[in-house]
Amino acid sequence: MNLELSDEQEFLREATAGALSRVKTVEEAREALEDEAALTDLWPVAAEAGWLGLLVSEENGGAGLSAYDAMLVAEEAGKVLAGAPLLGTLPASMLMDLGGDDRVAAVAAGETKAAWLPAAPPSSVEDQWTVDPIEGMDRPEAPQAEVKGDEVTFTGTVAWAPDAGEADLLVVVGLDGGSPVAGVVEASADGVTVESGWRYDATRKLGTITLAEATGRKLDVDEDEISRAWYLTQALIAAESVGTVATALETSVEYAKERYTFGRAIGSYQAIKHSLVEIMRRLDNARSLCVYAGYAFADSPAEIPYAAAAARSVAGGALDYAGRQQIQVHGGIGATWEHDAPLYFRRSQLNRRLVGGTSMATDRVAEELFQGRGPVAAV
Amino acid sequence: MDLNDTPEQAEYRAKIRAWLDEHKDEAPILQGEGAITDPDEVAREQRKWQAKLAEGGLAGATWPTEYGGQGVGPIESVIINQELQRAGVPNVFDVIGVGMLGPTIIAHGTEEQKDRYLGPMLNGDEVWCQMFSEPAAGSDLAAVQTRAVQQDDGSWKLNGQKVWTTNAQYATYGLMLARTNPEAHKHKGMTMFILPMDAEGVTIRGLRQISGEAEFNEVFLDDVVVDADSVVGGVDNGWGTGLTTLMFERLTIGLGSSSFGYRGRRFAEALGEDEVASRNSEVRHDFGELAAELEAVRWSGYRAISALQGGQIPGPEFGLAKITTVNCAIKAGDLVADVIGPEALAEESEWAYMISFLPGLKSAGGTEEILRNTIGERVLGLPPEPRLDKGVPFSELRAIEKEGAAA
Repeated sequence: MNLELSDEQEFLREATAGALSRVKTVEEAREALEDEAALTDLWPVAAEAGWLGLLVSEENGGAGLSAYDAMLVAEEAGKVLAGAPLLGTLPASMLMDLGGDDRVAAVAAGETKAAWLPAAPPSSVEDQWTVDPIEGMDRPEAPQAEVKGDEVTFTGTVAWAPDAGEADLLVVVGLDGGSPVAGVVEASADGVTVESGWRYDATRKLGTITLAEATGRKLDVDEDEISRAWYLTQALIAAESVGTVATALETSVEYAKERYTFGRAIGSYQAIKHSLVEIMRRLDNARSLCVYAGYAFADSPAEIPYAAAAARSVAGGALDYAGRQQIQVHGGIGATWEHDAPLYFRRSQLNRRLVGGTSMATDRVAEELFQGRGPVAAV
Repeated sequence: MDLNDTPEQAEYRAKIRAWLDEHKDEAPILQGEGAITDPDEVAREQRKWQAKLAEGGLAGATWPTEYGGQGVGPIESVIINQELQRAGVPNVFDVIGVGMLGPTIIAHGTEEQKDRYLGPMLNGDEVWCQMFSEPAAGSDLAAVQTRAVQQDDGSWKLNGQKVWTTNAQYATYGLMLARTNPEAHKHKGMTMFILPMDAEGVTIRGLRQISGEAEFNEVFLDDVVVDADSVVGGVDNGWGTGLTTLMFERLTIGLGSSSFGYRGRRFAEALGEDEVASRNSEVRHDFGELAAELEAVRWSGYRAISALQGGQIPGPEFGLAKITTVNCAIKAGDLVADVIGPEALAEESEWAYMISFLPGLKSAGGTEEILRNTIGERVLGLPPEPRLDKGVPFSELRAIEKEGAAA
């Protein structure tokens, strides 16, 4: 058994951290709350570092790497709150690559921006593919789709899609007679309305896309592949959260060693110490499940839904906890703009509700086990 | 990322599997149909099976060959555990002896002690028990009060009480920590002894737990005399000897089944039988959360094995898996019983048993609070709480404590 990172993966991780270190991502996360222009555009950084083509096969100009490699990049981005285009672009490029869309080479090269509009697979309590609503608990069905030859026409709205506000190409999942189909629509096509913006966490650009009989090219992908895009994003959010929690823990531990009250470092008090260990416990669990998700994508496709959902569920819980506890350990100052903690908190608040939210991932874990799926043979 | 064995490991696994294929029918049945239930018979049959495992080289495999082991590494020991689980047969009966006390004697015992005790321990002829904890020495183990006083002829006279002593009722010997010098600081004045459990003055009493069964014992020592050569690791050096045992305890627990058989699927089967429950969003949410965490424990275990293969010895962070497991199992028990209702609390129900078992497990092998302290200090590097017992002779410390309690 060997679950250590390979030399190539260590290199990818270091190179990612290196590329991100040239941008003051955390500072910008604060400034952008007041001035959006303060944010460095990370698309060119992503293009230059090769992240956009990570999951594109080599014959299509990509790096042909694994989901776990992409997760390592997301983890590094999460450490420094970098709003790198990963959550929307990577599943888009994966589906375009699998579905034989020749524009994927330009996407991998960073010449064309692509984003996927998240659609969640059904379950025993949700009988159809759904998308995130603009507001409320009722999840609308995925856009209606009508396939004609190599083309597909979509009608519907998908809200809060990462990276979609800036994309040239939208990878849409829709329902044609109840069956999921995927297609690529140009953002400039007739019938496409794009609303771009951010909520609470200024680093993360989100798009709300309305399609009114918008036509694009159909992708040659099956239902399993379409659902894989959803789980890839779950895994990427998990990995990104792991990075964010790791920084929150590190900063909090540092402070707990330096800050003295009643003549002793606050980290010596059990109330503080135990809560920091709780962050570590949740972080460690999330890391283990990211390894599992990476393994499932590479070697055990049947386990992808369960493994990716479990990773998102636990990592989401870890980020929720760490986001609040980092503030608590730092005391009042942790709740002010004097400190970075509010930026990590803002990230945690948004992530909790993005792409189905943490709770939908948790529900999927139960779903898989109730349906007799879940872990294949325990080693 | 590779979950597979190396060629050498695969060969070792095949060897173990072949042995088990040939001998697994000789193992006692402890679960399901035709299972033996009488605790004494279970112990007897498991000891016989331990002898068989020892014969096949599956017991104490990490022990050096000169003491009957195979001299293999921790990974091979993990493989043996996995194969025993796969074959559905029990591991050795005397896990504490073979996994923890034997290795302590190997590390600190005299040649005579090794020759005399290790062989019968390995094959289950002589069961051992660990006598460290006391009513007032649990989390703070170095507060041991059991007193050992040396007699003129060199023998030692023991007085005191031990608790949480698993297998004391079956044990021939116990490895016991006692205070030999109360004038020294608390960690300095202790000594480790080998105690024959049939010695005069030893009284063993079962300690019934919530479920009604008695997994542990209390052991009372009244003027018990042991020979001078029963000291292990030197007089007043008992803390150092004990730390070795605790290190092996961590290894045994860490590399054994860290999830104690608490897996999401087991609970899914119980909850899924109720169609209303399996569609209820609150049940799905609570279950999804605990099942995901239990899954994380499984993968943390794989990560630990992988690190072990890379030469890293498990540290205190192993305790995190125990904290997660116990708390998730507690939530699972509550959830399953909420769905089933009072019927889940019938005395013979597996859920009633589980619900009764877990509150104690939260403290076993280190309370959750102590584990969090240890991990916070040793792994995160946080400062310890100020202590009032440093540099104070044990006898004075007791006086201070008594004064404090009286105030």
